[in-house]
This record gives sequence, C-alpha cells and structure tokens, in this order.
Amino acid sequence: MSEPLLEIRDLHVGFDIYGGHLKVLDGVNFAVGKGEKVGLVGETGCGKTTTMKTVMRILPIPPARVRDGEIGYKGKDLLRVNLKRTRGVKGKGISMIFQDPTAALNPVFTIGRQLMDVIKYSRGQDRSGDKIRDRAISALKDVAMPDPERILSNYPIQLSGGMRQRICIAMALVTGSELLIADEPTTSLDVTIQDQVLRLLGKLVEERGNSTIFITHSLGIVREWTNRVYVMYAGNMVEAAPTKELFSKALHPYTQGLMKAVPRLTGEGMAEGVTGRIPNYLTPPSGCRFHPRCPHVMLVCEQERPPFFDVSDTHQVACFLYKE
Amino acid sequence: MTAEILTVKGLKKYFLTSRGTVKAVDGISFSIKEAETLGLVGESGSGKSTVAYTVMGMYRPTAGQILFRDQDISKEARKRSKALKKQIQIVFQDPGSSLNPRRSIKQILELPLKVHGLSKDKSGTQQVERLLEMVELPLDYMYKYTEAIGGGEKQMVAIARALATDPSFVVLDEPTSALDVSVQAKIIKLLLQLQRELHLTYLFITHDLSLMRNVATRVAIMYLGKICEVASALEFFRNPVHPYTQMLLSSIPVVSEAEEALKPKKVLSRGEIPSPVNVPPGCSFHLRCPEKKDICSTDDPVMMEIGEGHTVRCHLSS
Repeated sequence: MSEPLLEIRDLHVGFDIYGGHLKVLDGVNFAVGKGEKVGLVGETGCGKTTTMKTVMRILPIPPARVRDGEIGYKGKDLLRVNLKRTRGVKGKGISMIFQDPTAALNPVFTIGRQLMDVIKYSRGQDRSGDKIRDRAISALKDVAMPDPERILSNYPIQLSGGMRQRICIAMALVTGSELLIADEPTTSLDVTIQDQVLRLLGKLVEERGNSTIFITHSLGIVREWTNRVYVMYAGNMVEAAPTKELFSKALHPYTQGLMKAVPRLTGEGMAEGVTGRIPNYLTPPSGCRFHPRCPHVMLVCEQERPPFFDVSDTHQVACFLYKE
Repeated sequence: MTAEILTVKGLKKYFLTSRGTVKAVDGISFSIKEAETLGLVGESGSGKSTVAYTVMGMYRPTAGQILFRDQDISKEARKRSKALKKQIQIVFQDPGSSLNPRRSIKQILELPLKVHGLSKDKSGTQQVERLLEMVELPLDYMYKYTEAIGGGEKQMVAIARALATDPSFVVLDEPTSALDVSVQAKIIKLLLQLQRELHLTYLFITHDLSLMRNVATRVAIMYLGKICEVASALEFFRNPVHPYTQMLLSSIPVVSEAEEALKPKKVLSRGEIPSPVNVPPGCSFHLRCPEKKDICSTDDPVMMEIGEGHTVRCHLSS
C-alpha cells in the first residue's frame, strides 16, 4: 500500500442507551492509501456505517461516545479538529455518498439550489453567481445527466432513484474532495441501474485519482470494484487483503462462511455459511467476538481478543488459527 | 408429467390514477406445476408483486383468468371460499410490517388456525409448537413479541404462519431481500426443505437472479407488466435469448471466475424502466434494447416457443 491518506487506529465507539453501554466499535484499525479503492464489507449492524460516520464526525454525540482511538488524515487527528472552523470534515476534503438518495436530498429545494449550495460553501471556490451555475452544470454533465439546465430547476421527486443517486455523486465530487466514502450507494437501486451507477462512479474516481472507501454488504460488488478489502464483524476488523487474494484465499472463518452463503450463478445450491446470529453489543462475547459462531473455536478464542496477524505483507487476519 | 396447480391466462391488472391508466400487469400467461418453484424476476415497477397480489385475491383482475386446480379464482379474496384460501398462502417481503407488533408469536400463529377451525386442543399450544419446530425456532419464542427477535427470525415466523393452514401453494414475495446473505441462506435452505417435506408449490418473486438460479425449477422474466422470457432454470442461464435477460445477467456482480464466464458479454446496461403510465409503443423494451430493429418500435412481439419449455417474446427470435 502506498502512504496512507486516512488511517484509523484502535477506534472504540459506543452508544449510551437506557439499558447500559453498547460497545459497538471495539478497536478498529483501517487505512486507505492515495488513489486506492478500498472495500468495507460486513453484515447489517457490524459497525461499517458507525466507523465512517465517526470519520465524518456526523455521529450523534450523545448517545454515541468515542471512547478511544485516533483518525489520522493528512497529519491531523480528525477526532480533535475544531468542527466550527473547518465546516466539519467535509471542508477537509472528505465527501460521503449515502445509501438512500431520497433521504439524502432535501425534497423542498430544487436540485440546482442544493448543488450550488455545496459549491458555494466548499473551499477555494470562485463565489460569483455565474461561475457557480457553470460549475453545477458541468458537475451534472460529469455524471451523465441529460439536459442539465432543466435538471437544475427540478425537485428530487421528479427524478428516478438512479438519477437521484447520480446527483448525490455529483455533489460529493464537485467539491474536489480527495477521499470519497460511498456507503452502500447502490443498495436501493435495481441491478441494471446499479451496474450503470457503479461504472460511472468507477470512471469518475479513476479520472480524478480520488481515494475511495466503498461500504457494502455485497461481495460481488467488492470483487468487481475494489483493490483491497476489509471484512468487518461485530465491531472488529477480521480480515484485510487485496481483493483478488481475498476471493482466492479467504482465511478468517467468518469470511469463509460469508463467501459460502452467497448464491452463485453456477447453481451449486444454497449452503448455510455462518450459523447463529450476530451478538448483542450490550454484552458482547469475551475474547474473539466471533467465537460463539466459529466452527474452529479454540480455548484461547474465548479468553483473548485476537490482534491482526500478518500472513503476508498485504494480508492480515484477526484469528488465532493464523498465529505465526 | 405432473398436473398444473395454477394457470394464469391473459391476466391484466390496470389501475386508474389521475395521471392515466397504469398497466401494472398487461396480459401475461403462465402456469405452475405441482411441487415446482416458478421464479418470477423483474426490476422494481415491472409488476411482479401485482401478479402475486392478484393471485392471492388482494386485487380483482381487470381481465384474464386465474385457474387453481381447474377452478376459476379470478375474484377478490372475500368472494373466495374458505377452503380455497386455506390452500393459497403468502409470505411478504418485510416481516417487520407483515407481523403485528402488539401480538405475541403464539397469537400470530394461532390466528390462521382459529379462522380455519383447525385448533385441536383448547389452548392451541401443541400446534403452535409444531409450527415453531417446523421453522426451527426455539419453543419459548411463542411468548415473545416480534420486536424481541431478529429480522431473519421474524421471517421464519411469517413462514410458519403461512404454513399453519397446511397450504399446497405458497407465494413468496421477495422473502429474503431485506436480509443479510447468511440469514438468507438459512431461510432459503429451510424453504427448500419444507417444499420437499410438505410437497409445496412456490411462486417465488425476486429481483435476484443468482438466488433464482439456486431455488427455481423454471424462471419467468417480467418487464413493464409483460413476460419476456420463460425457461427452465438450467436452460435459462445457459442460453438466455431475450436482450433484456442478457442485460440483467450481465449486470449481476458475481464472486467467482466461473460465474463471470456464464455472464453474457458485450451487453452494457443502459436506460431505465419507463413509467407504466406511458408504455412505449411496440415492444416495451425497444428504448433500451441494444439490438433494436425498425419493427420493434411499431409492433409488439408475441410469445414464441424456441425450444422445449423455452418461450421468448422478441422479434429477433421470430
């Protein structure tokens, strides 16, 4: 990996609720290099979005509480920057695309108003009215929107789901951000529209040399879209590897189970990959959080939390099976 | 050859709205044989759920016929006999909204038993226990409420409720699309096992073709209220003919090289499904079709048989 642009070290985030404290993120380590396309995969509730919302500093605090950790970005700790002075993390060159474009856009303002506001308040922009409008139009052209002039005066409800998501992509890229976080950007779209949006997003980030974090629960998208992958389970990173290697040689029992559960076009029938259910964050399992569901569980797994073991320079796995 | 349990002939369901007539289902015909699974695949807005709801009697068809074991059931559910309703059941997509949060799971599972007069003992506990065992849930779940259990487990309860009346035909309307892959795998395995044990027939609705490959005996593809291709699952993935089918298949993100090899090449997906209020003239797919000919924008193609049990509605193959 090249020099990291974003590096999360030992991040612990929890939520204070009526019944106690939910220990969600339990020592997350994660890094993205310059120009890298990194995938973050895991099932519902494993903490993917919590991690990225912590990076963006948009986690509601309270009830959330960052107990420990560092988020290094260009020599600064994002957890300690003054949000008021930088217009949040967005002003520091990180943008995010959310899962549901309908909820991400304001229904009572036109696309033009929302897109031009983003341009107006981003760093180092010429703020004269005509320039802003020109930039908005060229941003819409970049995401292959037909008739951008007309789209500017449209409301979100007048556009289809795929078009709304392309508007969100335009908004995320128009600020010239170096790091783009895409949180399940195609989950709410049909498969043919998903294919179009993914191809467009891939082309745009390649042209601009953005670093991208792609959050998804679809292993297929990870395989086709990313260079390197992190697999997350119950608030822990369990495996990190180059995408090709992960698909040819998945090591962590959870990753292996996840791979098995994916229905294949080749029609091998359905295999139940991982038995049991995800743990409760109020009283998470001791040691390795996966041990109650693990087919290879050992005594040490119940007692100690496995650190990342290096199997090669680029492939790490948090499992005692691979100690040494 | 086994008998057909459900036959749909020229089914149409139009909805009148202020903006015009929505042709949600526009003249489709298919049949399902005893103990098989017909997969009905399509994008959102293709009308696949409308087909399910019309079969269930939640909508009255605008035109066409639905035959269940040679009996005409093209009418609303309240005009259907109880014995008929007992035979046809449905599992909905979102168990969070199809199960009543104010009822315990025992109450949820008892209701169909009571309605159909199937309760044997007074407390009904035995039958509820049997249903929970069938879907492999712990027996003490009987006293829980839906908010206390996970999404996958809720769907198991919804399946148990559908099976309570001992039906022969079950409509599964995207039963796993709201769930994670590992939970999906568990539910699909259970559904296939129950199908073998109870000799069930499924109409399985989904937008996930990879899933379809593993559960369906036959697959039908729907686009804008019409069926464009029907084939056996094996034939369907080996030899997809309709350009829309090819586009769908080539859009699926897959996880292995072996699957990549199965995807049709060169078909880049483009365009979006048009509004069913303004269906394009001719073949409804011609605006997105990469192999469009002149005739496609004027004449609507008819269903043609191109192989055994393989039918396609496209000018290219006629």
